[in-house]
Amino acid sequence: MARQRRPKVAVWKFASCDGCQLTLLNCEEELLAVAGEVEIAYFLEASRAVVRGPYDLSLVEGSISTPHDAARIQMVRRVSRVLVTIGACATAGGIQALRNFADVEAWRALVYAHPDYVETLATSTPVAAHVAVDFELRGCPINKGQLVEVLTAFLHGRRPAIPTDSVCLECKRRGTVCVMVADGTPCLGPITQAGCGAICPAYQRGCYGCYGPMETPNATALADWWKHLGVPDGDIARALRTFNAWAEPFRTESERREPH
Amino acid sequence: MQPGAHAVIDLAGFGQVLDLLRASGYRLIGPVRRDGAIVYDEISSAADLPAGWTEEQGPGTYRLQRRNDGALFGYATAPDSWKRALHPPVLRLWQGRRVNGDLQVADEPDDAGPRAFIGVRACDLHAIAIQDRVFLAGQYADPAYKARSENVFIVAVNCGQAGGTCFCLSMGTGPKATMGFDLALTEIVDGGHRFLVEVGTARGAEILDGVPHRPADGADGEAAAQVVAKAAAQMGRSLDTRDIKDLLYRNLEHPRWQEVAARCLTCGNCTMVCPTCFCTTVEDATDLAGDHAERWRRWGSCFSLEFSYVHGGSIRASAASRYRQWLTHKLATWIDQFGTSGCVGCGRCITWCPVGIDITEEVRAIRETSAAMAGAGKEEHRADA
Ligand code: SF4
Ligand code: SF4
Ligand code: SF4
Ligand code: SF4
Repeated sequence: MARQRRPKVAVWKFASCDGCQLTLLNCEEELLAVAGEVEIAYFLEASRAVVRGPYDLSLVEGSISTPHDAARIQMVRRVSRVLVTIGACATAGGIQALRNFADVEAWRALVYAHPDYVETLATSTPVAAHVAVDFELRGCPINKGQLVEVLTAFLHGRRPAIPTDSVCLECKRRGTVCVMVADGTPCLGPITQAGCGAICPAYQRGCYGCYGPMETPNATALADWWKHLGVPDGDIARALRTFNAWAEPFRTESERREPH
Repeated sequence: MQPGAHAVIDLAGFGQVLDLLRASGYRLIGPVRRDGAIVYDEISSAADLPAGWTEEQGPGTYRLQRRNDGALFGYATAPDSWKRALHPPVLRLWQGRRVNGDLQVADEPDDAGPRAFIGVRACDLHAIAIQDRVFLAGQYADPAYKARSENVFIVAVNCGQAGGTCFCLSMGTGPKATMGFDLALTEIVDGGHRFLVEVGTARGAEILDGVPHRPADGADGEAAAQVVAKAAAQMGRSLDTRDIKDLLYRNLEHPRWQEVAARCLTCGNCTMVCPTCFCTTVEDATDLAGDHAERWRRWGSCFSLEFSYVHGGSIRASAASRYRQWLTHKLATWIDQFGTSGCVGCGRCITWCPVGIDITEEVRAIRETSAAMAGAGKEEHRADA
């Protein structure tokens, strides 16, 4: 495809474990193609060379958890034509959003020798809570194939083919015997967005909800069924509070099951 | 032997039927025990069958259990139907490549080869006939389905035990196989483990002629009839189909749709396991350079928002409207569309719904309150809000 110039792509990191950026690095084969098609202008995980913005596409990993982050994400938005968030931290606040359910001041004093040096917000929130986001790619970590699909779609100016329906559909297409029906194993698959390929049920485990809530999740009905399977309310709340704890309706349902 | 003829084979004879099918070039697909269920998969001989196993099925629950005999077919439906073998869940339709400015399109080979399905139940024979109508009748046949269904030898099995969620009797589809098979077996365990075989086709006769068998006598026929009668008497559920189409059309605004929507997860499991659901979603994929494109087809579901997405949004946004679409398609609009019911009473959607929603129960609830509902409160109960 003849282009005037290669699009400039930047990769930004906020509060996160770097796992999603590493997914990008793991796309070695595809990355070579990416490198030919785009100019990786800002990607500290991979290179120290920095090309100044503005950028055609920014991939943002991580949640907003400090005053500095909150200011920096505004800058990122300003220099980005298209902004795509990647991973559960950036799209839902991540595992660190567990702080949102707790008293951060009390923890800070307890955990750090010099709490004064630690500057933090009381919450860890998704990027979309701060700036407009053009596309959210879910997952903890994100799926390599989906990342390539999103990059390809934006480069070709089409909508990414990323399904938002349930993990169950992938589970059934794959031919896995449902662990919840055949074994009574609690599974978050019915309320979780597809994307991973339904890995856990294929290994006789219930889905952990890494891809966050699906398009029309009925968390209350699923939690009621878990209860019928013998899962206590506290355990239901804990299962809903992992990487996507702050995402609705996981958040509300966990609060309903374990009121504080 | 002629189609319609009966004979008796023993356990060894049954094994020889499978061996002869293999020797004749068929790959065998039949029931095997895997991951806590009896599923259909490739088998190599009768030894792979789950002898002595059965299952207990209920709404949202399935558990394997031991039998106290060595029956090879002593269970009801598998989680998956034969749909997987005829209408694959994921399929690449074609791929294209840009070469020197030209587009070169390569079709996908559709060659499943000769296959024998071992242990197809009466409900599933009807489901296959329904999908044949969907995919093959009319002006445009689906090439992928056509290629896969053309060379299938069917060994049916009459059910000797109904599952807890079965209701084929109500739907007029079982428990005895009446059509669509090459050979149909009734497994008789008492008084000497044997099979009464009914010949369905000339090629079925050819296979049976190739293995040791004896003529069926009155006692065999009697015993086989008892096996099927037992299954009919055990039927886990029933569905009153009288006037079903009009009943549902009259009740498109019944409050029950909202009630079931409060429990439904819109997960789509029911449509995946249903042996007649045929819907797919088609997706195009391109590589980064834009020189290679592929078109993929996947099982789709009317429970997905994308299913009814048109410019600007989804037509069926509410869970109630999606559940109603599913149930009314199976039991009412299917009749308008294809001339038969879209439900064969296999019970899979009940067992494999992760929260045990029961299509027979939903219809019963609507039927029981239909009169009371007639004309009442239409505005308050719009399902597609
Ligand atoms: S195992 Fe989990 S993801 Fe798979 S179908 Fe069952 S509930 Fe859905
Ligand atoms: S609607 Fe349910 S019972 Fe009827 S054929 Fe489909 S899966 Fe079987
Ligand atoms: S019930 Fe839904 S998925 Fe099944 S055939 Fe009808 S529209 Fe398609
Ligand atoms: S009826 Fe059951 S299987 Fe079907 S979409 Fe609703 S919860 Fe899922």
